[in-house]
Amino acid sequence: MQLNKTRYAQLTEGLKPEEMLINMGPQHPSTHGVLRLELITDGEIVKEVIPHMGYLHRCFEKHCESLTYQQIIPFVDRMDYLASMNNDHAFVMGVERMMGIDKDIPKRVEYIRVLVCELNRISSHLIAIGTYGIDIGAFTPFLWCFRDREHIMNMLEWASGSRMLYNYIWVGGLFYDLPVGFEERCAEFISYFKPKLTELNQLLTDNQIFIGRTAGIGVLPLDVAINYGCSGPMLRGSGLKWDLRRVDEYSVYPELDFDIPVGKGEMGKTGDCWDRYKIRTDEIAESIRIIEQCLNRLQKELKRSPEFDPRAKLPKKIIPKEQDFYIRAENPKGELGYYFICDGKTEIPKRVKARAPSFNNLSVLPEISRGVLIADLVAILGSIDIVLGEVDR
Amino acid sequence: MNFDEITDLLRDKFGNGVIKAIENNGLQSALQIDPELIVQVCEELRDNNKTWFDFLSCLSGVDHGLEKNKFEIVYHLASIPYKQQLVLKTIKDHDRNSGTLPSFYSVSEVWRTAEWHEREAFDLFGIHFDGHPDLRRILLPDDWEGYPLRKDYQAAEEYKGIKIN
Repeated sequence: MQLNKTRYAQLTEGLKPEEMLINMGPQHPSTHGVLRLELITDGEIVKEVIPHMGYLHRCFEKHCESLTYQQIIPFVDRMDYLASMNNDHAFVMGVERMMGIDKDIPKRVEYIRVLVCELNRISSHLIAIGTYGIDIGAFTPFLWCFRDREHIMNMLEWASGSRMLYNYIWVGGLFYDLPVGFEERCAEFISYFKPKLTELNQLLTDNQIFIGRTAGIGVLPLDVAINYGCSGPMLRGSGLKWDLRRVDEYSVYPELDFDIPVGKGEMGKTGDCWDRYKIRTDEIAESIRIIEQCLNRLQKELKRSPEFDPRAKLPKKIIPKEQDFYIRAENPKGELGYYFICDGKTEIPKRVKARAPSFNNLSVLPEISRGVLIADLVAILGSIDIVLGEVDR
Repeated sequence: MNFDEITDLLRDKFGNGVIKAIENNGLQSALQIDPELIVQVCEELRDNNKTWFDFLSCLSGVDHGLEKNKFEIVYHLASIPYKQQLVLKTIKDHDRNSGTLPSFYSVSEVWRTAEWHEREAFDLFGIHFDGHPDLRRILLPDDWEGYPLRKDYQAAEEYKGIKIN
């Protein structure tokens, strides 16, 4: 079939004498994984960026066509491997809605889900902030973030038995109840972590060098962000109050009190790298608020009891009716969606498509990094906070 | 605007033939749109001030298997001002032994995010998008043979002399 010349061919053929084609990645440390960026540069100026991905493609969607819903959950973990709980939660919610059992889930289970998801959100944002610091040249925040993240990892390991890929949230319930003493330990962590967050802000957020490197760089206007399907901190950084936890009001989020931080352009323009970074630190503070409320309820009216069985509502066989359904949820990176097609006869879905937030957020990179310096491209890429496991699936 | 009003709006604008079928057996209702008109319909839904579907959440290719010989594209739209969602579908018959790819119109001019989604559908399903500016493989290597998410896909024995098992 005769195809018209693609944009890629037009860009890479016939370079001018002053232009140079440079590969950044796949083993470049600032690409946060295996991402290759092909740059057309003129001296230090980036004229065009062409992302190439797929180095971590593991055929998630093909695997789903031969696995039952329960068996897919461990695969879901491995998409955004920094926020496995959130991936699980979205997937499980989708299956529960299709089965029509989403209203029967016990309150304690829902609160535990939100609690572990928000813990995981903090740990994901800590990675984003820490590695962003290292991209810009600040080494200390990286170590501080990893030190604090370690506490969350230990707690979640205690609950689920695994450090990163939890498989903890199941369709209809949980793997296990929280271990005895988890709530107290978590409360202890929160009181430890609050001053650390202030310290981190003092170290990085108000740091003049950091502001100089990020403020006014990689400005993403709101209309471009929406057109490119950006979500999560990318979209909120551009000044739109859009959080699916509030829009869709899933799980027990309507009962919880938290704010949605948006970018205001305090240091430069609205939607610059600093705004996107600031959203993440603010969201950590909001997640702490959510966790405190969850802990409060889990220790009072939803206290643990010997009769409570988190597996009580687990369906024996997960066979949803014949239908197709799209579920979306707010992940640390943005809108995570799953599109299911069920045939109503077997336990195996006909098709599962994952709409990964990082995939869509990355697609805007060529648009906002035209004409920037190569060093700024690193700052922009870091502020998008991609996880290649999710881009490539 | 609710689902029925959107249906009426599209019928008024493009005639009765624009909606081939309405699927409302599950939790989310879907409109099956005439493949010839999909770009105009998407533009109308994006720009009409009663709908403002400005956000394309997801675009998925679907292969209906060997017996049906149909290919489908599913669009999940979201409206940020009205906090609404809408599902559009387009279905085309295609004989997979004909040596050509099934062809749909690209909506990448309506939402730029569709560009990568359509590249993914091209990569994994072998669906050609008319009017797409940069239709290349996205997740698989450029020299990959076949389209892995098709139901009749046979896994390759080897890749460039390297055995796969």
